[in-house]
Amino acid sequence: MPLIPLDDYLVLSAAMFVIGLIGFLVRRNPLTMLMAVELMWNAGNLVLAAFARNFSDMSGQVFVFVVITVAAAEAAIALAIVVMVFRRRPDVDVDDISVLRG
Amino acid sequence: MTALFAACAAVLVLSAIGVVVSRHPVHSVVGLIVNFAALAVLFLTLSAEFLAMIQIIIYAGAILVLFLFVIALLTVGSDPIERTANKLPEQAGQAVIAGLVALGFIAWGIQADWTPAAAKAAPDLGTVGTFGVQLLTTHVFAFEATGFVLLVAIIGVVMMAGRRETGARS
Repeated sequence: MPLIPLDDYLVLSAAMFVIGLIGFLVRRNPLTMLMAVELMWNAGNLVLAAFARNFSDMSGQVFVFVVITVAAAEAAIALAIVVMVFRRRPDVDVDDISVLRG
Repeated sequence: MTALFAACAAVLVLSAIGVVVSRHPVHSVVGLIVNFAALAVLFLTLSAEFLAMIQIIIYAGAILVLFLFVIALLTVGSDPIERTANKLPEQAGQAVIAGLVALGFIAWGIQADWTPAAAKAAPDLGTVGTFGVQLLTTHVFAFEATGFVLLVAIIGVVMMAGRRETGARS
């Protein structure tokens, strides 16, 4: 089975990360911004798994597990914050949320 | 194998672009599901079977369903699309510049020589058994910390979203 070189995975992950980063900075809908953040998490996961195979070490894969868990916690908390903000102002735009007090 | 990688890479990049450019959040979620499916296949090519499974079950099955619930809860009868004028006029240009800077840093990291010093034979890399043994022996602290993070997330979400609005404080 011919192995795909590590660099291919790294380039692919870099493309995915930059797409997520630009999307996070351009979009103003908080839900779409959170999904761009998920793209960045997963680009990092791809790098970790690729290095785990490169060095034949399971630590990278275990760290992907931790990252997925933290991403789940982040998504839950961020969506709860979005729900709270939506209750106050229905047409939410992150440019409008510039003060911490409600 | 290489054709599979090329197909998955194309799907991954195209669906990522679709997530970012689509105007409606539900379309973004659909793009993200496609993206995560392609990523699960890439995990399989990296002999990370357990990660491919939890990518599908947890990410596509749990986190994206949470996104869908929130979208359904918030955008019923309203138009979630960005209609107001952008308050930061140069936002797109600066975002692209930031992306190019990040790409430069990443390219700098990719250039390094990452060939392993000694090629170890690991025939069962990434199987569920190996993963479980590693998770509960070598990385048991990370496992416990993961559980603690989830506990904190649950408490935080219940405190924030489960609170009833008391009084009119608009």
